[in-house]
Order: sequence, then C-alpha cells, then structure tokens
Amino acid sequence: MGSSTAVLRSALADASSVRLRHGAGSALVADAGASALLEVRDLTIEYVHEHRRVRAIHRVSFDVHRGDRFVLLGASGCGKSSLLKAVGGFLVPGEGSIRLAGRAIDGPGPDRMAVFQEFDQLPPWKTVLGNVEFPLLAARSCGRAEARARAGDALARVGLADFADHYPHTLSGGMKQRVAIARALVMQPEILLMDEPFASLDALTRRRMQEELLRLADEVGLTLLFVTHSIEEALVVGTRILVLSPHPGRVRAELNAHQFGLDGIGGEAFQAQAQRIHALLFGEGGA
Amino acid sequence: MNGTASAPVRPEWVRPVEQVPDAAVDESLPLARRLADAPGLRRATIVLVLAIGWEIVARIADNELLLPTFSATARAFATDVASGELPRKAAVSLSLLLEGYAFGIVAAFALTLAAIASRVGRDLLSTLTAMFNPLPAIALLPLALLWFGLGRASLLFVLVHAVLWPLALSTFAGFQGVPETLRMAGRNYGLRGLRYAALILVPAALPAILTGLRNGWAFAWRTLIAAELVFGASSGNGGLGWYIFQNRNELYTDRVFAGLATVIVIGLVVENVVFDTIERISVRRWGMQR
Repeated sequence: MGSSTAVLRSALADASSVRLRHGAGSALVADAGASALLEVRDLTIEYVHEHRRVRAIHRVSFDVHRGDRFVLLGASGCGKSSLLKAVGGFLVPGEGSIRLAGRAIDGPGPDRMAVFQEFDQLPPWKTVLGNVEFPLLAARSCGRAEARARAGDALARVGLADFADHYPHTLSGGMKQRVAIARALVMQPEILLMDEPFASLDALTRRRMQEELLRLADEVGLTLLFVTHSIEEALVVGTRILVLSPHPGRVRAELNAHQFGLDGIGGEAFQAQAQRIHALLFGEGGA
Repeated sequence: MNGTASAPVRPEWVRPVEQVPDAAVDESLPLARRLADAPGLRRATIVLVLAIGWEIVARIADNELLLPTFSATARAFATDVASGELPRKAAVSLSLLLEGYAFGIVAAFALTLAAIASRVGRDLLSTLTAMFNPLPAIALLPLALLWFGLGRASLLFVLVHAVLWPLALSTFAGFQGVPETLRMAGRNYGLRGLRYAALILVPAALPAILTGLRNGWAFAWRTLIAAELVFGASSGNGGLGWYIFQNRNELYTDRVFAGLATVIVIGLVVENVVFDTIERISVRRWGMQR
C-alpha cells in the first residue's frame, strides 16, 4: 500500500540519499508532491553550539497535503522540533527547501501559526480576547471591530467565551493551550504547526484536548503539522506519521494513521500499528 | 508472598456526588486583622514613632540652631508651603528633573534598541555602561559647568547621565530575559523591527524596565538636589537644593529640615504612589510580578 512505498522510499533515503536525489527517486518524490500543500525536500539543519557544528536534521523530505494531520514522531534528539521550527521559519535550514503552496518559506509568518508546548507563549499583558486578537491586529489583516468579532468566534470554538476578559496567568494549563489554539485558528492559517502542544498537560486534560483538537480539525478543515514523542498521541491525532530516528534526525518511515481515532485506542489494529512504530523507533537497525 | 501482608480485596462501590451546602466560605476577615494587613498603616505607624522620637530628642538637646524640633520643622514647612515658596522651588526642581528624565529615557531606549539589533550595538552598550555607570553623575558637574556654563544645560547633562546608564542596563537585561517562546509567538505574527520591539519586547520586559525607571528616578533626584546645592550660590531661581543651601546660610535650620522633608516626601510619593500604581495596573495585574 501507500505506506509500504513510503517505507521503501525512506529506506532508500537512508541508504543512499544522493542516488535518490539524482536518480529514479526524485521522480517518485515529485510525483507524490504534485498536489502537496507543504513540500519539504532534503532538509538539513545544523546548529552552531560552542564552536561546534551539530547536525540536528539530515536530508529529510516529506509532503503534507491539504487536510492532513501530519505527525512528526520520534524520541528526543531526533530533531522533530527543529523540523517544525524550520517550517515555521524560525530556523534557517542549512540545505534543502521548504515550500508552502509552491512558495519558498523565508521567515516566520501568520500563514503558519504555531502552538508551542510552553505556557509562556501567550503575552501575559493581554487578556484572553486581546491575545486572540493580537495576531490579527499585528498582521494588520483586518480592522479592530472585525478582529474583535473574529476573536470572539474563535474563543467560542474552543469553549472559552466566558473567559475573554481574564489574564493568562489566571488560567489553567489546558485553558492556556486552548487560547493558543484559538489564537492560531483566528488567522485561518494554511497550516497549523503544533510543537508537543499537550505535553505539559496532565493525562486527563491531554485526552480532552486531543478530542477537542480532532473536533476542531473536522469543523474548520485544518491542516496540521504536529510534533509529538508519544506513539499513542501520534496514532490518535494524526492521519499520517513521519517516524524519525535520532542523532541526527533522519526519516525512518512514513505510516498511515487516518483509520485510528480516540475510540480505537484499545483495538487490535491500533495496538499492532503502535507495536510496529515501537519496533521502528527502538528495534534493530533503528540507528 | 511469604511474609508480605496482602491487602484484602474489598467490594467496589459508587455513589452520587454529594451536594455541597452553601456554607459561609466567603466571609470577610475581622477589622483588626484587616488593619494589621494594611502595609500603609504599618509604615505610617513607623513614621509616627520616629517623629515622636525626634521631638523628644530635640527637646532634650534644646538647641534650635543644630536640631530644631519636629513641631518647629512642621511649622516652617506649613508656612513655606502656604506662602508658595516651597511649592515653587519644588516645581522648579521637578520640571528640570522631568526634562532630564525624559531625555535619559529616550537615550536609553535608543542605546538598547541598537544593542538588540546588532553585535556592535551590544558591545557599545556594555562598554559604555561599564565605563560610566560607576561614575557618580555629580562628579561630571565641574566638566558640565565648563562645557555648558551655569544653568539648565549643565544640570540636564548630569541628569541624563544619572538616568541613562542604570535604565539602559536594566532594559537590556529585561529584553534578554524575554522567553524564547514569546519571541517566536511575536515573530509568528509577522512582527519585525520597531513594531516587534514595541509590541513584544517592551511589554515583556516591563518588570525590568520599571526597575530601571525606579533606579533612574532615584539617581536623578539625588543628583539634582546635590547639583543644586553646588549651584546654589550662583543661581537666582533655584530649586529645592538652592532653598536648602540658602536657608543654611541664613541659619534657618528649621527651614533646612523642611526642605529636606520636601525632598523625602516627593521621593516617597513618586516611589509609592506613581511607580506602585504603574506596577499595580501593569505587571502585577498581568501576573508578571508578585
């Protein structure tokens, strides 16, 4: 199936990426990327740290299509956050290209709104409503009255209409993440970037947030790029999973997860796919 | 197994959630407790005790020239406030101070923005602050007199020097302390350059900036009074420092104390009313400072 060709392709990329770029592999990639919203090609990211150059990502390629909930999954050190930050425009890649809707990415922009893990992503000097309006006003994409109305809408969507006048420090962690999601939704981004958005939440809140995210994604028709280190979360949230192996981050596999939702967690197929990913991450030949 | 006690298996049970009666959970504290909790009242009590102590010591010493009583000082203060002399002098000092303060703030922000924009700017800021921050502003007064002559320009020069370095230092420290996630959120909106600084960096660094403003204010106020004392003999239309100097020359010690009290009162009002209010409606309300 599609997933097996993806595995084959990434295995090829691991073995001889040069051949992939110049040989038959490039046709394969171009074919897959015909209608892709986000195209990442041969991305290499390096950090300079205390006079040393450290490679975080090595020649990673993938495509995200409109409506995908694309998950970057891997252990810590696999560079999944770096990958997301590069797509966000916060990091400049050493090599390779990132194209969103055909345009190369240069710098951060509100067409790729991000939700981070840390709770301090919300400016504390703005109320909940002010926080959600802020990107609209900062990007000068609409007038004050319209911004207020749209922010109110987005807040209602995440169930925080009653907290519009509260300041972020009075909210719980889950509520802060909801505000961050509302703030991202209000910009109607081409793609929503989420960097382990629920990792700092307690398990019960995390489950609720996953449910709500799936509901929102259905309602609004979101395209997601979602970073996580949890296999279960990847299967629940994602429609497609890019499995990365660490030091430096390389593609190990690209798998399907569209068939799994929150209700399928205990199911046999779910467990089998989870086992498979587990083996890819920790098993033999996993680098 | 052998020896370890195994807990007995107990029956499971589920019950409906108990209704909580509308008990008095929200009662106000007794009056005495609330009074004791008011910091203003506690501090006022300390001031009152000190004033009574002063009155007693002065009466024992019984030397109006060296140590006038609290009541005599209060009388002199009231008389000169009523005659408009003290308010006039204070207004002269304050207007000069505000002008120097404003120039200092503008210069500090220009320097700090240069420092976050480029490495050369950062080196400039750290070198200049390292050189000039330890230098007492008043030590520059002779040089200022030489360059700008007697008058406002010299005073403004030393005032700017007093405000600029502490404010630039804490503002820069504040900018550097802005969390990376918040920076990324701001850049995510497409903000850059001056708008990024104004909409993200400045509010995020406001606790540090307010500390710098407080310190700058205290330095400037001290510097101004000291400079006016030096100016005293030659300046016709002086401020509070001149008032103190003049009255000492004429041995009106009670009015010297009244002048000093005015310096203290203005300092306290700005500290506790102006800056505390700004903090209360900004950084404390936002949960950025306890």
